[in-house]
Amino acid sequence: MIEIENVRKSFGALEVLKGIDLTVSKGEVLTVIGGSGSGKSTLLTCINGLEPIDSGRIVVDGTEVHARTTDLNKLRAKIGIVFQQWNAFPHLTVLENVTLAPRKVLGLSKSAAEEIGVRQLTHVGLADKLAVYPSRLSGGQQQRMAIARALAMSPEYMLFDEVTSALDPQLVGEVLDTLRLLASEGMTMICVTHEMKFAREVSDRGAFFHKGVMAEIAPPEQLFGAPQAAETRAFLAATH
Amino acid sequence: MFDTALTVNDLIFLAKGAGMTIMVTAISVFFGTILGIVFGVVRHQVGPWWAAPLTFVLDVFRSIPLLIQLVLANAFVTTVLGFRVAGLTVACGVLSLYTAAYCAEIVRGGIEAVPLTLRRASRSLGMTWRQDMTNVVMPLATRVALPSWIGLALGVMKDSALVFIVQVVELLKSTQILITRLQEPLFLLTICGLFYFLISFPVARFGGYLEKRWSND
Repeated sequence: MIEIENVRKSFGALEVLKGIDLTVSKGEVLTVIGGSGSGKSTLLTCINGLEPIDSGRIVVDGTEVHARTTDLNKLRAKIGIVFQQWNAFPHLTVLENVTLAPRKVLGLSKSAAEEIGVRQLTHVGLADKLAVYPSRLSGGQQQRMAIARALAMSPEYMLFDEVTSALDPQLVGEVLDTLRLLASEGMTMICVTHEMKFAREVSDRGAFFHKGVMAEIAPPEQLFGAPQAAETRAFLAATH
Repeated sequence: MFDTALTVNDLIFLAKGAGMTIMVTAISVFFGTILGIVFGVVRHQVGPWWAAPLTFVLDVFRSIPLLIQLVLANAFVTTVLGFRVAGLTVACGVLSLYTAAYCAEIVRGGIEAVPLTLRRASRSLGMTWRQDMTNVVMPLATRVALPSWIGLALGVMKDSALVFIVQVVELLKSTQILITRLQEPLFLLTICGLFYFLISFPVARFGGYLEKRWSND
């Protein structure tokens, strides 16, 4: 369970999170929508401790993320995150990209890590690209590789930060299909996305962020069908 | 005009000088690179403010002509400190620091060429700073830094001619000794140049080979 309590975060004078309260339970798929600068991506990087917070707290399975005593590397191993930019390691093959962290962080043997790597890459439809370098892959394939790389750590939570935003339109579908597959398998996911149709169809709950505040959180039928907050209505009207 | 007084023994004498050049270069580049990596990582990691003293010292080594550094270091170690050390030791020490000063900049540039987002991705997989450094940053930085580093190594090899000032008889000094005796400067300098080329060429080709090998990814 991810518990977020009154989290505030500023970059200099700009307050990007103005007291966020949110709880995500095991197995839930939460999608987060909102305009750029609404704080939704920042929240994700705070959840796995890549960004410090100014006040409040984030607790993942009883471990406070920003506590001084928390072993962030250990915590990050169970919170996978995939970014807008896929960040493939260019000097490693697709399989090596996926097996690096399991070998170094989890201490798995090469063969054990490769077994997991092959399984995860097959899962995202890249079984025929194992020995290829990332530069030979399309953006969609690289993004799916990044998803497999995060999954290879057997995370209990997956955070997706606008993973289709940097892709050519014809490549968006294959990545969304991978996310759908994960959701159907019961993975706990927080997806920051601009794909409204996808969000509506896949999520248990949807949250709308506006200027650092969570303006509305509701089941998708309500958030997208009959939004309560005026900001949500204005945002959805503008994006349709 | 092709008559020469050069004997096989003289050629062996030159080859020994070349051997000394190779040894001084190898030792200096080896230790200079290790120190340069340490200094470069420190400079990158602590930021310009905290690294200022280190940066200043490295700037000193980069700005003062090597010849002057060698003379001053030799005088300092033998006269001021009163140690009895071989000229070779002084030569390797000074050249190592000189190499390190340049290498630190190359390393820092290489590290900074690795995108921050990539490092974020590796940290988000649970890798420690050290694991990120050894498995992601250094391999990528090496690819960026290699051409400059090869250039540095070849430069140090040629600069090593200056260590004659601390009584080390390397390739150029050996040539000068022969010139004094045989009075055939142009011929001997041509041979000397040929020796330098034979030393440099494999290093440059090896660099080219690595670049090509790494370019397929």
